[in-house]
Amino acid sequence: MAKILAVDDSASMRGMVAYTLRGAGHEVTEAENGQLALDAASANGFDLVLADVNMPVMDGISMVRELRTRPSYKGVPILMLTTESHTDKKMEGKAAGATGWLVKPFDPEQLLATVKRVLG
Amino acid sequence: MSTGGLAQFQQVFIEESLEGLDTMESSLLALDEGGDGELVHTIFRAAHSIKGGAATFGFPEMASFTHEAESLLDEVRGGKRAIDKPIIELLLRSVDCLRGMFDRARAGQPLNDSASDGVRGELAAMMGRAAPAGTTPARRAGDQAEAWIIRFHPHAGMLAGGNDPLRLIRELAGLGELAVEADLARLPALARLDPSECHLGWSIELKAPARREDIAAVFDWVVDECDLSIEPKPSAAVTPAAAPAPASLADAAAARGTREANAESSSVRVAIDKIDGLINLVGELVITQAMLDTFREEFDPSRLALLQQGLTQLARHARELQESVMGIRMLPIASVFNRFPRLVRDLSQKLGKQVRLELHGEQTELDKTVLEKIGDPMVHLVRNAIDHGLETPDRRRAAGKGETGTLKLDAYHRGGYIVVEVSDDGAGLNREAIVRKAVERGLISGGEGMSDEAVAELIFQPGFSTAAVTTDLSGRGVGMDVVRRNVSDLGGTVTIRSKAGQGSVFTITLPLTLAIIDGLTAAVGEECYIVPLVSIVESVQLKPEALKTMPGGGELFRFRGEYLPVLRLHELFGCTGAKRAIEDGLLIVVEGDGGRVGLFVDGLVGQQQAVVKSLEANYRRVQGVSGATILADGSVALIVDVAGVTRLGRRSKAA
Repeated sequence: MAKILAVDDSASMRGMVAYTLRGAGHEVTEAENGQLALDAASANGFDLVLADVNMPVMDGISMVRELRTRPSYKGVPILMLTTESHTDKKMEGKAAGATGWLVKPFDPEQLLATVKRVLG
Repeated sequence: MSTGGLAQFQQVFIEESLEGLDTMESSLLALDEGGDGELVHTIFRAAHSIKGGAATFGFPEMASFTHEAESLLDEVRGGKRAIDKPIIELLLRSVDCLRGMFDRARAGQPLNDSASDGVRGELAAMMGRAAPAGTTPARRAGDQAEAWIIRFHPHAGMLAGGNDPLRLIRELAGLGELAVEADLARLPALARLDPSECHLGWSIELKAPARREDIAAVFDWVVDECDLSIEPKPSAAVTPAAAPAPASLADAAAARGTREANAESSSVRVAIDKIDGLINLVGELVITQAMLDTFREEFDPSRLALLQQGLTQLARHARELQESVMGIRMLPIASVFNRFPRLVRDLSQKLGKQVRLELHGEQTELDKTVLEKIGDPMVHLVRNAIDHGLETPDRRRAAGKGETGTLKLDAYHRGGYIVVEVSDDGAGLNREAIVRKAVERGLISGGEGMSDEAVAELIFQPGFSTAAVTTDLSGRGVGMDVVRRNVSDLGGTVTIRSKAGQGSVFTITLPLTLAIIDGLTAAVGEECYIVPLVSIVESVQLKPEALKTMPGGGELFRFRGEYLPVLRLHELFGCTGAKRAIEDGLLIVVEGDGGRVGLFVDGLVGQQQAVVKSLEANYRRVQGVSGATILADGSVALIVDVAGVTRLGRRSKAA
């Protein structure tokens, strides 16, 4: 199945995402902030990146912007995990190069449905 | 997806949220003292994470509560609102409410209570509106049609953003049969064609009834990256449909189901390098074992040196492994210290005192069990220090001191122990007041001839309180005797040093771990007993004339200006073959929460580390014994419960 990078500073959220995706047979790498995600993205190729917006060290928006400057990540789906109260963040994420978003709270079914949507 | 798998993350969520609340609290306090604006971001991020996770992990009440706090923080962050004392105050109380909610979540109780409802209302009022009912707003129903025409022209850069038009069309096909026509009008000549860009457009007919919002949902990620029009097919009869019932985002009942499996289980979060170190050690142990194993087949005396070397290594690995395993249970005391800035701030404000709190040695690590239980006694000591120890600014000025008092919390290692000190530069213990009170309470007949040390000890007597007026702070029916008992239950001791006019220092000495103690092995007849090293003051040999026998049969001896009871362990435990003459044996002076006593034993065998085995779990509770251990020769030795025997000693002294 797909190789997925899950980025979130919250261990519970990251764990839930990774657990759900692994349960669906995906190979998941976890990172706890944007900087560590970039490091992981340099070392591996991913088919999909799921990233939280608010994170210490490097936030999700900056991470997407940086990732999109890399030729190997052009066109790779990147989804922002965002909260509904921040509609402007969705657009900021899009402007930085994100493919789309998944609104928190989401349950495992919604996560899998969205991942299926981008991976086809 | 089973809820059992997700329940583990709910637990993680609660733990990290409690940490987040600690961060919020300490940042709010720092902000209160004029910290920089970066703190607001830290606070916001913590609130945001809790909100995001709360709804995901089945706590919608917490999510909506945090949402209020977050909205307020967002205004502060965005510069729309200046942070001031009332806001900090309210946010601090919000932190308290959320802590309460997490506690109730763990206990499986309803999350909201009157306090949280009240604070939530205040948050909303501060934002200038009524508290929302917390319901999911009804979605606006889209119009509906029998068939649709969708014109979709992606911008050139859409592919780079990870959105594939083909995927979108496939998704659209999920709504019903499609007739798709490609528009090649913008396709450039091959020589100028950039394959990473999108040049095609599509005109799509959806030949099935659908709602506009369902179609729009397919394109929600790309609305700003394409030209899109969604129109009902003109020939079809358009009938407005009744608005469907709003779909609830999360099925509350299902979410709540995950909470049932959430009985509080005790867990430790361990740094990964500690685990790695452990694995490494086990690896070395296995290698050493394999090396020693070669001696099993045949032993050649010429290899004796090698065997000795192997045994030395084995001993080293065992010791290191023991330390590492203990280390897993060890957590920095910072988690306990961190609750004090808030407490000190609230208390000093209430009492009109100026207090500067200094924290030292926050990274000192303690056994998790000890850590969990040391908080309450420390809170009591800190309350006491602020309430009784430190003076008001006026009185400090009158005494020639700075108006701001200093309260210091310090933690450090000393030998195999952790020392935690609570010190203040206040007035110190008031000898006269203590003596007067003790006489009133009938604890002593008079203070003449009592050393300062002995007077200070009086405050640890049950029911002792010197406050003329019981404040609502310290006077909670808990005295210093409870502090001492709590600490003694952890195998530790509390002592006090105080100097009139200069302040007091309370010193709590705790074992590193409850699983292993350092003890002196004492022989009593044919038995051996372990006396915990932490409670030993001194060992003395008495001359027969130094022993006084009381009319009731109790024995006393004079030790540094006070009379201490003698407890003969052979009598207490019924040992045979023990020495009886006081000059033949040894008195070990121990200190516990019942004061000091001299334990009469035959002699000392040596000092050793004892792995504590519970007597209760293996046999039953025995008075005067806190546990058992296995000696190197395989025999069992009982560990003396110093707190228990000192209480016995006091009773015999009173008799």
